[in-house]
Amino acid sequence: MWFRAPLCTAWISGFRRSLSAQSKVPPKPTWDLQPEIRNQKPLISLDTIDHLERLALVDFGNVEGVQRLEKAIQFADQLHNVNTEGVEPLSSVLEDRTLYIRNDAVAAGNCTELLLENARTVVEEYFVAPPGNIPLPAQHERGLSEVKSSS
Amino acid sequence: MLGMSLREAAAALRLGQIKPTELCQKCLSFIKETSFLNAYITVTEDFALKQAAEADERFIQGKPLGDLDGIPIAIKDNFSTAGIETTCASRMLKGYIAPYNATVVQKLFDQGAVFMGKTNLDEFAMGSGSTDSIFGPVKNPWSYSRSYIDKTSLSHHAAKDDSDWVITGGSSGGSACAVSAGTCYLAIGSDTGGSTRNPASHCGVVGLKPTYGLVSRHGLIPLVNSMDVPGIVTRCVDDAATVLGVLAGHDPYDSTTIQDPFQPFSLPEKVDVRNVCIGIPKEYHAPGLSAEILSLWSETADLLENAGAKVVEVSLPHTPYSIVCYHVLCTAEVASNMARFDGLEYGHRSDIDDSTEALYAATRREGFNEVVRGRILSGNYFLLKRNYEKYFVKAQKVRRLIADDFVKVFNSGVHVLLTPTTLGDAAPYLEFIQEDNRTRSAQEDVFTQCANMAGLPAVTVPAALSSRGLPLGLQFIGRAFCEQQLLTIAKWFEKQIDFSPLQFNRDSENGNIVQQYSKSASSV
Repeated sequence: MWFRAPLCTAWISGFRRSLSAQSKVPPKPTWDLQPEIRNQKPLISLDTIDHLERLALVDFGNVEGVQRLEKAIQFADQLHNVNTEGVEPLSSVLEDRTLYIRNDAVAAGNCTELLLENARTVVEEYFVAPPGNIPLPAQHERGLSEVKSSS
Repeated sequence: MLGMSLREAAAALRLGQIKPTELCQKCLSFIKETSFLNAYITVTEDFALKQAAEADERFIQGKPLGDLDGIPIAIKDNFSTAGIETTCASRMLKGYIAPYNATVVQKLFDQGAVFMGKTNLDEFAMGSGSTDSIFGPVKNPWSYSRSYIDKTSLSHHAAKDDSDWVITGGSSGGSACAVSAGTCYLAIGSDTGGSTRNPASHCGVVGLKPTYGLVSRHGLIPLVNSMDVPGIVTRCVDDAATVLGVLAGHDPYDSTTIQDPFQPFSLPEKVDVRNVCIGIPKEYHAPGLSAEILSLWSETADLLENAGAKVVEVSLPHTPYSIVCYHVLCTAEVASNMARFDGLEYGHRSDIDDSTEALYAATRREGFNEVVRGRILSGNYFLLKRNYEKYFVKAQKVRRLIADDFVKVFNSGVHVLLTPTTLGDAAPYLEFIQEDNRTRSAQEDVFTQCANMAGLPAVTVPAALSSRGLPLGLQFIGRAFCEQQLLTIAKWFEKQIDFSPLQFNRDSENGNIVQQYSKSASSV
């Protein structure tokens, strides 16, 4: 730090109360924000929109919903500036420990009635679902015309 | 009485200066008086009075359970509470009643704590403002403080209207607001990317995120399983240590809690920082850092150095990518976690019943807000077969680089890192909502989510008031499972700073908190 101090004082004209010359805190931001990429063609095809809505079982709602995803992807693309060659993925910070496994014995339960009370439709001790194995209607029948016209 | 720390309140109870039911009633009536802050979703008045009466009995018999016996507490509304609604501030879970208590809730009850209610949050804890709740936004109590009213009415030369209130930060804004305003002595939040530390910093209170694996997540409605940690909000560092002592430790219901025994600790009264090495990560001078926080950070580094600590500049080179990496991992885990909400077993159920799929889709469209739906869709996109390696695995690799950055710095002899908690002070609500949730989260979580990525303990301590009269916090990040060292240094700093807690701007005639700025400005 003592080597840097004279340099700093030479460059900074006038006395700066906020940052003492010998401070370990850098006086300037050490990195820049990535510029937001604008006016780019939509990244998301109609097929992808349809596919995602079926997988996620939520809809984009409107054009803004699709744009929000496009922005999220552009934001995520910054990751590709990082060199990760030879780096193993990290899925848990506790990877070097063994996971606790408890005895295979019933330790809690007997709350069937309480659990069923949280469901809106039950018959006896069963949750009730409408008929299954019917795929969601095709995109145009789900009223996605607004999303469609935008792309 | 309500402005005391947990430890002081516990002492007053022990000395018989006040009974638990009296303290409980004081808090309940103050919750009513400050209900305009919208800190609580559910106030559990009857439950609290019953718990307080039981505590009364224990004190009469001279057998209180411990430091928390008779102490009013609040819990964020994404922790399960048996018999009491848990909503996650979402239409999806309105009316949901869990059959069991989260482990942290049970541990607090077992210590005799008195449960005042469930606190407000961003829907499913996704946000950094506590502005995206179906129950409406939380207002920062400092919006109604003498310091803020005085400073802002002087600088603007104009009467302010009621929309000038500032946000609490989030997502645990209700918990931070409750402790800051003085309606309870301890609140539990959750911290996935900074959700406890961010609002604690904006509300001028202490927010502790323990090491991942130290405190049980059982009963916490999951957001990002690999990063979620219950957070502790208190008025001082000593209190945070006390509460950690109650909450920490292995839980058979959460296999990710470590099995090493945890030794509760209290912090020394006299702290010597001469043998401590503090790291200043240079990348935490990020673009957008306010000049006020920069000088506060710098002055604190000097303060430590002048007190004999070794202060060194260090580098965590992957910091700029951390928030991007967090964004991908968070949305991916959200997409998977939110799959459980389908309307069949609990929560909201749509009336559309053409098919099971149609019911699922309609329920989720009606139940989730735009932010939650957006994160689910982004997450599903990053997890698509063709994107899995490109985004999800890539982010996991970057996560290792970020975690390794910390390991290298701590291996070089640094004990604790000193950083800002946020870029600036709390924004006015109307300004904050100009940008979307993702943009705000990227700005607000920039200094906090790194600790979640690496699983490290971190604590924010209120440090000063901004030129607008709002609190500013600084963050200390410690080595994994070294909470005692982290909090010891945080306590030293807290003592040096002597931060004055919130003082409401009260009407000089009737003593009520002034809620209309225009009136107060004319009376100043």
